[in-house]
Amino acid sequence: MQTTLSPETRADLAPSLPQKQAIKLTINGTVHHLELAPWTTLLDALREYLHLTGTKKGCDHGQCGACTVLVDGKRINSCLTLAVMKEDSDITTIEGLAAENGLHPLQTAFVEHDAYQCGYCTPGQICSAVGLMNEGQAKTIDDIRELMSGNLCRCGAYPHIVDAIREVMHIEPKS
Amino acid sequence: MTPYIGKSISRVDGVAKVTGKAKYAAEYFAPDMLYGWVISSAIAKGKITRIHTEAALQLPGVVQVFTHENRPSLAWFDVNYKDQDAPPGSPFRPLRDATILYSGQPITLVVAETLEVARFAATLVQVDYEEDDHETALEHNLHRAREPKSGVASLLKSPPPKPRGDFEKAFEAAPFQTTGQHIHSVEHHNPMEMFASTVVYEKDGKLTIYDKTQGAPNSQMYVSQVFNMPFSDVRVISPYVGGAFGSGLRPQYQLFLAVLAARELKRSVRVSLTRQQMFTFGHRPATVQNVSLGATADGTIDAIRHDAIGETSRFEDYFEIVVNWAGMLYPAPHVKFTYNLVPLDTFTPLDMRAPGGVTGVPALEMEVDELAHKLGMDPIELRLKNYTERDMNEDLPYSSKELRECFRQGAERFGWASRNPEPRSMRNGHTLVGWGMATGIWDATQGPARAEAVLTVNGKLRVTSATADIGTGTYTIMTQIAADTLGMPIEDVIFRLGDSNMPLAPIEGGSWTAATVGSAVKVACEALGKKLFKMAQKMKDSPFADAKWEDVWFSDAHILLKTNPYAAVSLLEIVGQNGGRAVSETATSLPNMLEQRKYARAVHSAAFVEVEVDEDFGTVRVTRAVTAVAGGRILNPKTARSQIIGGMVWGISKALEEESVMDHQFGRFMNHNLAEYHVAVNADIQDLDVIFVDETDTIVNPLGVKGLGEIGIVGMPAAVANAVFHATGKRIRSLPITLDKLL
Ligand code: FES
Ligand code: FES
Repeated sequence: MQTTLSPETRADLAPSLPQKQAIKLTINGTVHHLELAPWTTLLDALREYLHLTGTKKGCDHGQCGACTVLVDGKRINSCLTLAVMKEDSDITTIEGLAAENGLHPLQTAFVEHDAYQCGYCTPGQICSAVGLMNEGQAKTIDDIRELMSGNLCRCGAYPHIVDAIREVMHIEPKS
Repeated sequence: MTPYIGKSISRVDGVAKVTGKAKYAAEYFAPDMLYGWVISSAIAKGKITRIHTEAALQLPGVVQVFTHENRPSLAWFDVNYKDQDAPPGSPFRPLRDATILYSGQPITLVVAETLEVARFAATLVQVDYEEDDHETALEHNLHRAREPKSGVASLLKSPPPKPRGDFEKAFEAAPFQTTGQHIHSVEHHNPMEMFASTVVYEKDGKLTIYDKTQGAPNSQMYVSQVFNMPFSDVRVISPYVGGAFGSGLRPQYQLFLAVLAARELKRSVRVSLTRQQMFTFGHRPATVQNVSLGATADGTIDAIRHDAIGETSRFEDYFEIVVNWAGMLYPAPHVKFTYNLVPLDTFTPLDMRAPGGVTGVPALEMEVDELAHKLGMDPIELRLKNYTERDMNEDLPYSSKELRECFRQGAERFGWASRNPEPRSMRNGHTLVGWGMATGIWDATQGPARAEAVLTVNGKLRVTSATADIGTGTYTIMTQIAADTLGMPIEDVIFRLGDSNMPLAPIEGGSWTAATVGSAVKVACEALGKKLFKMAQKMKDSPFADAKWEDVWFSDAHILLKTNPYAAVSLLEIVGQNGGRAVSETATSLPNMLEQRKYARAVHSAAFVEVEVDEDFGTVRVTRAVTAVAGGRILNPKTARSQIIGGMVWGISKALEEESVMDHQFGRFMNHNLAEYHVAVNADIQDLDVIFVDETDTIVNPLGVKGLGEIGIVGMPAAVANAVFHATGKRIRSLPITLDKLL
C-alpha cells in the first residue's frame, strides 16, 4: 500500500519537486511540445497531458500490456518508460495506426473476429500485434499465443484475438 | 428484409474500441481538473491515532488532504449508503472515523494539481495506528459460522430450500457413496480497467460524473443520497466500461472520494485506483463446502447433502446461492442443504461472475464424477439417469430445458465416445491425457426496465436506456432488437446507454440484461410504432384509414398493409408531418410474473475438457474444450460466442490459476498485482469451441432469451478437475489445481 518515510527524510524531500523541462515528443507523425517533469511516464504523458487516451493503463507496473505502444516500430510498455527518454523516437499509438479514413488491417480483423469484449485491452493488443509482425518471429498459432502473452485480456477474448492476428499474418488455422 | 436478430452482426461499438476512441471513466477532462490519490490502511483492524499530513500539504501543487478528521459532515443513516446491490448490514463509509475495518481501507485522499504530485505527496503522509487483533482466516473460524441475516437482497437470492425426505437414513442405506470437502480461496475480479471516477464540477455546483459502474443510476442514487444532493444535480455517465464481472455492481470508494473532494474544493477531480487497490474492495468469498451423494447400484442418486460456509465482512452479510443447485439439477428425494457465514476482518465480498453458481456447482459436479467412477458408469450416462424436467426446490417444471441435447451435441463434437474411462489410461508422449465433463446451470431472470424510442426528423431511430455494456454486447443486441421491431435498416438505428438521464434500467448483472432491457427496447419501439401508425392514419389519403394495428407491419423503414405490400407509408414521411419535431415514446416492460411463477427458469450447459498433465512437473494444460449451451434464443451468435468463450477462459483460470493469497499475520492480500495474481494469458488458452443448441422458450420473456454472461464459466472448473482426475487418478477438491497439489 503506501510507503511511509521517516520525518527527517520528508523534510529533505518536500521542497525538491523535480523541475519541469521542455520536451518534444513525436507521436503519430505529429511533434508535440510539452513541459514535463522527468518522473512523468510516457503513458501518463499520452493520457493525461496529450489526452491521447486510446493507450490504456491496466496496472502501471509492466504486468498487463494495456499500455503497449510502438516506439520506432518496436512494442513497449509505455508505463515503464519515462517520457523524457523518448524525445528522439517515433511513437505510434492506436490513434495513429490507421491510414486516413480507414482502419489498419488488424483493426478490421479485430472487429470482424469479435476479438474483444469490453475493449479495454484492445488498443494494447493491436499495437502489440503490429510489433509482433514487425519482429517477424511468429510462424505458427502457438507462436502467436506465446508472443502475445504479455497482453492480458480479462474478458478472455484470446481465441478470437489469435484468429484476427493469424488472418492478417496469413498463418493457417491449424498450424 | 431479413431479421437482424439471430445474425452474427459485428459489434456496433467495434470501430470505437479498435481505434481508441471509446472513452472510459478516467478518460474525460475538465478545465483545471485535480487528481486524487488514495492512501490505504496498512493494518487490518484497529484505530488511526494520527495522520501526519503537514509535509504533504507543504508540497507545491498539493491542494488538500482529506481524512476522517476534516471531511464534511454527511448523511447519517445507513440507508443513505445502500446501493442497489447492498447486502443486509451497514455499508462501509469511507473516511467515516478513525476505525480500521480491513487492510487496504481507504483512509486518506491526497488532492493535487497533477497525478504525479498527488502520488508523491501520498508517500509523505504518515499514519500512526493502534492495532487490534484481527481474524481473516476462514478455515480457522468455521466454528463461528451462523446463518446469514435476511434483507432486501434475499428477494433475489433465495436461501437454501428446506430439507426433503430423510437424508441421513437414505445416505446410510446407499450402497454407493461419495463425500468430499471442497475449498477455494478468495478471488478478485480484476477487470483490465481500474476503478476511476472523473467528477466534473459544473458552474452551478451540479456534478457530471464519469464513473466505472454496471449501472449509472445506481451511482447517481448513491451520490445523491450520501451527499444530500437532488437527483437532478447529479448526472452519471458511463458509456464504456473496461470489464467489471460484478465489481461494478456497487459504487466503489473512489466515487465517494472524488465527489467529496470536488464538492469541498469546488473543482473537477479525478480519482483512479491503482492495481493494488483493486484488491481492496469486493471479492469472491473463500468458501468451504461439503458434498455427499448416495446412490443405488443402477446409478439412481437418492440422497444429496450440500453444506457451505462462506466468509463475509464484519459489517455486511454478503451471501450467494451455493448449495441450492443440486435440487435444480438432480431429482433426489432425500436432500439437505445448509449455507452459513463467518464474519471476518475483510471487506464485504461482492458478486463475481456466476456468484455462488461457480462455487457450488463445481463442488457438486466433481462429486457426481466421483460417483460415476465408483459406479463404473459413464459420467454422461449417470447424469441422464438422474435427469429432471422439474426444479425440485420449487417443485416446478422448467420453462424449457435442452440439457440432454447439450450432452449429446457436446459429446459428439468432443469425441467423448472414444474415451477410455480408466484414469491414467490415456497418454500423449510423457504427458497424461484426461477427459472430463460437467454440467452448468444458471438462473434465467428478467427484471423491470424502461426505454425510450425516438424517430428523428431525419428518419433515424434512436433508442436509449440507462443500462450498461461491460463488454457483453448490449449496444449491439439492443440495436438489432430495435431495428427488427420497427423494420429499420440497422445503419439507421442508434442505441445509447450508460447515462443516468436516460430511462431507468437496473444494474447490469446476473445475466439478465438481454432479457430485461431487450424487452424494454422492444416495448418502447412497439409503442413508437403504434404512435407512428396513428399519425399515418391521419395523413391525407392514408392507405391505413380503415386499417387496424393488427393489419400492418414494419419493413424497410415503412409501415405496410399486410394484405397489400404496395400500400405503404415511409416513416420519414410520417415524422415529416410532425412540424419538424421528432416522434418519441417511452415504455416500461415488466416481467409477466403470473405466467413466469408457474415455471422454473434456467440456462444450462455441458462442458467438455481435455487436459494434459506433465507427471514430472504437475503442470496442467487445457488443450481443448467444448461447451454446449441451451440458452434460449441467441440474438447474435458472434457476441454470444464471445461471452461463452470468455466464461470458459474464466473457468480455466479459476480451476488452475486464480487465488488471492492472504498473509493472515497482516490480514492483507500479498499477491495484489497482475504478476502474482495469475489470470489466464493467451498461451494458457488453446482450442475452445462453443455450441448453441436449439431451445425455444415462450415463458422466460417476450424475446425468449436466457442470458449468457455467467453460464460459460459454471461448468468449466469441474470439467477441468474431472479431466485432471481422469488423467492422473488424483481427485483435487481444492481450487486452483496448482502443480504442488499434483506432485
Ligand atoms: S499499464 Fe503498462 S503494462 Fe500494465
Ligand atoms: S476485451 Fe476486455 S480485457 Fe480484453
